[in-house]
Amino acid sequence: MGNKVLMKGNEALAEAAMRCGCRFFFGYPITPQTELAAYMAKKMQKNGGTFLQAESEIAAINMVYGASGAGARVMTSSSSPGISLKQEGISYIAGADLPCLIVNIVRGGPGLGGIQPAQSDYFQATKGGGHGDYHLLVFAPSSVQELADLTSLAFDKADEYRMPAMIMGDGMLGQMMEPVEFKEYVDLKDLPEKPWATTGTQMKRKKNIINSLYLTPEELEELCVKRQERYNKIMETEALYEEIQTEDADLIIVAYGTLARIAMSAVSEARSQGLKVGLIRPITLWPFPAKVFEKRAETSKAFLSVEMSMGQMVEDVKLSVNGKRPVYFYGRTGGMVPQQSAILAEIKKYIKNM
Amino acid sequence: MSLNNKLICEIKNMNLNINTIKRITCITGHFGSGKTEFAINYALALKELNLDVLIIDFDIVNPYFRTKDAQDFLKSKGIDVISPEFANLNIESPSLPPEVYSAFADKSKYVVFDVGGDEDGATALGFYHDYFKKEDYDMFFVLNERRLLTQNVADAEIIYNEIKQASRLNPTAIIDNTHLMQYTDSEVISNGIKLAENFASKVGLPIAYVTAAKTVYDDIFSLLKVIEYKDKLFPLDLFVGPAFVK
Repeated sequence: MGNKVLMKGNEALAEAAMRCGCRFFFGYPITPQTELAAYMAKKMQKNGGTFLQAESEIAAINMVYGASGAGARVMTSSSSPGISLKQEGISYIAGADLPCLIVNIVRGGPGLGGIQPAQSDYFQATKGGGHGDYHLLVFAPSSVQELADLTSLAFDKADEYRMPAMIMGDGMLGQMMEPVEFKEYVDLKDLPEKPWATTGTQMKRKKNIINSLYLTPEELEELCVKRQERYNKIMETEALYEEIQTEDADLIIVAYGTLARIAMSAVSEARSQGLKVGLIRPITLWPFPAKVFEKRAETSKAFLSVEMSMGQMVEDVKLSVNGKRPVYFYGRTGGMVPQQSAILAEIKKYIKNM
Repeated sequence: MSLNNKLICEIKNMNLNINTIKRITCITGHFGSGKTEFAINYALALKELNLDVLIIDFDIVNPYFRTKDAQDFLKSKGIDVISPEFANLNIESPSLPPEVYSAFADKSKYVVFDVGGDEDGATALGFYHDYFKKEDYDMFFVLNERRLLTQNVADAEIIYNEIKQASRLNPTAIIDNTHLMQYTDSEVISNGIKLAENFASKVGLPIAYVTAAKTVYDDIFSLLKVIEYKDKLFPLDLFVGPAFVK
């Protein structure tokens, strides 16, 4: 079985990050993400990097800001309440056009909420969270293997577009174990150059400045417009999704992350009962894969967004379907996970009137 | 959470010997080595011997996917379960219930301690050191060669020594629990046995059992017939983790 090993999602993410060149981790432990930091603590130093448990989430994200400004491949990780604490720093990082990886292993909220899995941070991840006109690249893996693969992609895309990227997984993905195969360690010399980083001028170039404060509104607007042009390009080219049995589907289930796998088992069961049901699984939550919904709104009769929230992604599904078809919602929240049988019951409820 | 509590097939464990088992058995090992699956199956195997069995969810590390997940099933089989008051609730409190003392007080029961991973989990055992001193016990060290931090003898020994130190107890045997879930094949199993043999000889302990999930049991069994571990094979039903990864 080659080089496959068995890992918890949290551990796999940490291992994948170090393999693709991350040598700086700043964070603060929180359930259900703690194994990620614990794994980094065990292995980062052996890889010649720095693991630092900061005094708080706010301190950690500002260390990420500093290290990224100096050109490092850097990350932090936390879970919902901790990600809320980081929002000011995230907005500053986006405002300074810096790449980094932020990991949110989502638990129930709002407030301290609970430690069981949830997807109720969708709005926070995709619609801002912090202040200002900015976006994060948001990746939502559904297996431990995809978690490892997307970690590497998230770092690369963050560098390419000079913006923060987020991996959003629910607590279940962080805690569950699956076989995973990793890429080899990259040579740090092979990472893309960052000519904008504050690495010292050697008296050979103009100094680089990392900053998110602009004294004139004209200058700030110009930067926001330029950044938006980049966002527009990303929306056009970087959306990822998986589509299963949608071509002849009357009803299309929309689900992401681990929940998409439970939804898929409901789709399979519905198919075996002769019901024409398919699944669209967004892999990037921002950019949202709007085009596939525009396309499927032509062929299918309705959509059903299934989430571990009170209904958040369903808004993006509605925007993408643009009123052409009805969009329904089914969700559980607070750490409760929709079961296959419940999703199947929802499918039957809507499909019988089609 | 959705759990797979179904018995996959009716393979009986024939290798548990009532004359050699101890009243108290602690299941320790690296985080994610499969301690909980083994502990639950070990408790069930003890029950098959018509013993009075108690399993203690002794994990102060994992927030979910733990022995308590199988509590209803275990109780339906007549096995007593003690678990932390806050296990699987929306709070993480590394506290153990006072009922744990009953494991030492009630000598009529066979007790399985499902200990948390690494030295952090084993620390909880250290607290009961005075009680363990008074009675003979088994302490198994569970090993999975496909876990990234225990793929060779040297790495496994680091974790082994940390557990030994934190628990203040001496392990008595090795459990080879090497598997790769749905990708488990003869190569995975034989590499696991190789590591377990080398590791066992390094730390001077016997290999008590070689596990195999019942889903792959037939293949493994035909492989193991030709080698010496046939009488140590320990079939496993799977209880923890989300149903969709089974």
